[in-house]
Amino acid sequence: MNTPYKNLEEHNKILHQQNELKQIQKSNPTLFDIAVIRKDFPILNQTVNGNRLIYFDNAATSQKPIQVIEAIRNYYLNDNANVHRGIHTLSNRATVAFEKARERVASFINAKSSDEIIFTRGTTESINLVANSWGLKNLKPGDKILLTEMEHHSNIVPWQIVAERTGAEIVYVPITGDDGYLDLEAFERLLTPQVKIFSIVHISNSLGTINPVKELCHKAKTLGIVTLVDAAQSAGHCPIDVSEIDCDFLTFSGHKICGPTGIGVLYGKYKILETMPPYQSGGEMILNVDYYKTAFKKPPHRFEAGTPDISGPIGLHTAMDYLDSIGRDLIFEHDKILAQYAYDRLKEISGIRIFGPPMNRGGLVSFALKDIHAHDVVTVADQFGVALRGGHHCTQPLMKKLGVESTARASFYFYNTTEEADRFINVIKEIQKFFTS
Amino acid sequence: MIDELADLYQQVILDHCKHPRNFHSLGNPTCSAQGHNPLCGDQLTLYISTKDDIILDISFVGSGCCISKASASLLTEALKGKTTKEARELFDKVHKMVTTGTTDENIGKLAVFAGVHKFPSRVKCAILPWHALMAAIEGKAQTVTTENDHT
Repeated sequence: MNTPYKNLEEHNKILHQQNELKQIQKSNPTLFDIAVIRKDFPILNQTVNGNRLIYFDNAATSQKPIQVIEAIRNYYLNDNANVHRGIHTLSNRATVAFEKARERVASFINAKSSDEIIFTRGTTESINLVANSWGLKNLKPGDKILLTEMEHHSNIVPWQIVAERTGAEIVYVPITGDDGYLDLEAFERLLTPQVKIFSIVHISNSLGTINPVKELCHKAKTLGIVTLVDAAQSAGHCPIDVSEIDCDFLTFSGHKICGPTGIGVLYGKYKILETMPPYQSGGEMILNVDYYKTAFKKPPHRFEAGTPDISGPIGLHTAMDYLDSIGRDLIFEHDKILAQYAYDRLKEISGIRIFGPPMNRGGLVSFALKDIHAHDVVTVADQFGVALRGGHHCTQPLMKKLGVESTARASFYFYNTTEEADRFINVIKEIQKFFTS
Repeated sequence: MIDELADLYQQVILDHCKHPRNFHSLGNPTCSAQGHNPLCGDQLTLYISTKDDIILDISFVGSGCCISKASASLLTEALKGKTTKEARELFDKVHKMVTTGTTDENIGKLAVFAGVHKFPSRVKCAILPWHALMAAIEGKAQTVTTENDHT
């Protein structure tokens, strides 16, 4: 599993399985009943600019089912109080709900203990926490931070700042080209004893590449390298097992997995969390404060200064239950089938450049139409009721590497259908006509 | 749908986007400025050659979406032969038009951008070359970006 070829073999195998699944899908139109699911998402049932909305911007944020909205509403209606310090009944209820959510996150990603789960504002804050707390303490001149060329800005910029402050150097695992695979031979070469941390995106938000994070983290671990997996695009889209990946850190955001905005997760192995100094400080994270000295709580509370987002974890808890009631394995298959379908249909269009793997891709497709800027594509698509994203997707270095200013992106979730994909393809053809005729 | 689109992408705009006018650099410009819209990646450099405060020649290079390219192209056409004071006045009129839809009767061809105000996310694209213009004639060396203000 350590050469690109073996990686491709793996992908071929999965593609074969996908084709089998497609056959199953033909006889049994969906892996789950999308019509029933869509009733939980009233927001999808609206017209935009006179057309039925097609929401294909799920990589930016997912929609929220009524169950999640109700859970948050119910908390504010009946249980709202501050957590941890209160003695009264409401505070106790809020604290129990808050800590139960932490336990649910632990079971969602198969962490050993809820003490390994830190609530943050999102993936960005989670990575900043690791970079600042672990990074500033452990990195020194001569050390290397290993990233990949397909990282989101949130997994580049915090490391640049920490590198500047510590004298460590950033090194990137290159991608192979438009097909968006990691160059695994280069990865092997770059894996030197100087590398102290390896931080990698699981599913690329720009390319749709599914990186073999388990194999890569295991490989890094043989050299004692600390590993971080950015699961922002994967956590709600496929089963995640941190014990199996054996990464030291894993991060994701609630809002991309049917939860509310403003809540995120940092998973960290307890052994490593224990060694880390606080990231922010103040209330909630202390054991004892004197005028000149403070004793901090143990993880995870050491890293949660101030009154936390309480409704966020509660909403996220319901979101995780909701996803598992459908089945993340099925969601993953649905994502991949839809992405492959869109990819194959887009490929038939002339004058299109599609980025990312031709097979076994996560639930999104990025593309550029010849001589038509992505923002023009997105503006016109919106007039047809299709919500796409156009731009650099917070991966400017990757865009420069690919030699494009921006791409248009359609990203899917379990409530999206092949009929929607068909309409989207027709819209793309219309757009091409509009700008080239 | 088509009406709204036709409002934004008027034939004149599509034409200038596909065949931008004055789309080259100037050898010895009196002033120049870069405009950058980090949101879309629109990037352009505007060159101006003046004599006695009159814009003798004006051109641009760069890349971007249809709206920003057409806007830059039409800007260069509109300003040739104008004084920098007139250019400033035109900036105010264009700014008002793309943000509110109110069109000054003396705005000429630039009126094709009136439809942009219905597409708030695209106002920045239309106004970018105009910000670059102001930076150039006011002698600001720094790249202007659309992220410095709300339009």
